[in-house]
Amino acid sequence: MTKHVVLVEDETNIAEAIRFLLGREGWRVETLANGNAAVEVIRKARPDLVMLDVMLPGKSGFEILKELRADAGFADMPILMLTARGHARDREMAELAGVSRFMTKPFSNAEMLDAVRELTAPGSLTA
Amino acid sequence: MSREALTGSRIRERRVMAGQKQADLAKEIGISASYLNLIEHNRRRIGGKLLLNIANALGVEPTALTEGAEAALIASLREAADDAGLSGPEAGRADEFAGRFPGWADVLASAQRRIATLERTVETLTDRLAHDPHLAASMHELLTTAAAIRSTASILADTKTLEPEWRDRFHVNIDQDSRRLADSAQALVGYLEADPEASSVANSPQEEVEAFLAAHRFSFATLEVAGLDAGAIEKLTQAAPELQSVAGRHIAANVLQQVARDANALSISALRGALDTLGPDPVALAMQLDQPVARILRRMAALPELGAGLLVCDRSGTVIFRKSIDGFVVPRFGACCPLWPLFSVLGQTGVVARERLHQLGRASSEFDCIATCETLGPSSYNTPPLVQAVMLILPAREIASARLDVGATCRVCPRDGCPARREPSILYDGV
Repeated sequence: MTKHVVLVEDETNIAEAIRFLLGREGWRVETLANGNAAVEVIRKARPDLVMLDVMLPGKSGFEILKELRADAGFADMPILMLTARGHARDREMAELAGVSRFMTKPFSNAEMLDAVRELTAPGSLTA
Repeated sequence: MSREALTGSRIRERRVMAGQKQADLAKEIGISASYLNLIEHNRRRIGGKLLLNIANALGVEPTALTEGAEAALIASLREAADDAGLSGPEAGRADEFAGRFPGWADVLASAQRRIATLERTVETLTDRLAHDPHLAASMHELLTTAAAIRSTASILADTKTLEPEWRDRFHVNIDQDSRRLADSAQALVGYLEADPEASSVANSPQEEVEAFLAAHRFSFATLEVAGLDAGAIEKLTQAAPELQSVAGRHIAANVLQQVARDANALSISALRGALDTLGPDPVALAMQLDQPVARILRRMAALPELGAGLLVCDRSGTVIFRKSIDGFVVPRFGACCPLWPLFSVLGQTGVVARERLHQLGRASSEFDCIATCETLGPSSYNTPPLVQAVMLILPAREIASARLDVGATCRVCPRDGCPARREPSILYDGV
């Protein structure tokens, strides 16, 4: 069965590269460029994975993460955060809010794909 | 004779060295020659503005008159010994060292002062890197573009059989992103090179005062006891290594006078007692303690257990005092978000605004902010009063049903369709 990822990323060319990389691995990639509708879309779609940028128009990645984790139905959903904000404090905040994995930009494609595989592998703590 | 009592002798020594007559110096600083004579013979205490005026007239730093060169030298040597971890009998022999090897002692003390200055510069620049919204946004833009290029270039390099349609699209993307990267890098370099504050930022009076207040953790036990004592305030500002400029010391003295007036009117213990009963409710505390709300806000900010921040702005909206709180970003350069209650109460004396603020973008944190506006100075006929607004920033401790989305400054604020927006955000292209 095709796996589904919701990618919330306002940077078009990064979104396109990720769509290509994950599409090649058999993922269906749904892209959103604004944070406002993200929670609603994710709640309805219940994807296998969420990938979040932090600095977004509308709601920030942190807000989306907090809202999702506040909902018991999404407490275990794998959420991968990709951000150019790599301060220790940002990482700590994301971890406190319940992120599954935090990666800083620029990341390597292999590193990103490994994280996706690990987070969605059968038996993974967050899968 | 005490060190303080020698100030007059040092003034006399400096005046004679400058070849100036007592009467001429007295005239220049606006006092009588007989009064200057009393000062020079250590028969009158001297401080404050008069000391600054004399120092200025003699072309020396006020500390050269109050402390003396030897004391300053020995203090620097002790500081150097302390920093280097020198202990034992040798550490206490700074006086002897300075006496036997005055040249070497000067070299060591100069190096110590230079190190201290450089450390302050590094600290200020580090702080600036963390808080300058232009720089933060530029770095974010660079990293994001670099991420797009890296990812796309890796696909082109690693994928042996890439469909022509994808390949062409990625080539276009790389072309776009590399141009964007070049433009962003050029703009960043231009910004850094053109910034006239880059070299002087470490010495701006306002930043000296902030460093001074932070070094004291915004708490002055002396003033809590002494109240409005000009001597105590002067001692604090003169002894502060953070306050390098006359302007910095002047601003700090004004801040300390306010602290002293507040301490005089409302003791910390009385405030703590009322807080235990009423909780952090400034209006209820003001009623109970019969104090203006602005004073309550300032005094609450001085309590370390509340972990509160404080902002004060004058009638022009310029932030003239800040006690930072983690997560609430106050831009050091450029204008603040006009939606903050700090600005909404300006000109509305007596109004107390209370708002749950949610600061978008950076930390996305929530705070309970209470602001009020107070008049300054005595009333006079047909003259609009000078006012200042005060805002206490408390970390949110419970979920609020309503909150106001605000930013730090428009340039890095992601709020959509904000009615108060002054300029487009560089985080997206909407206005």
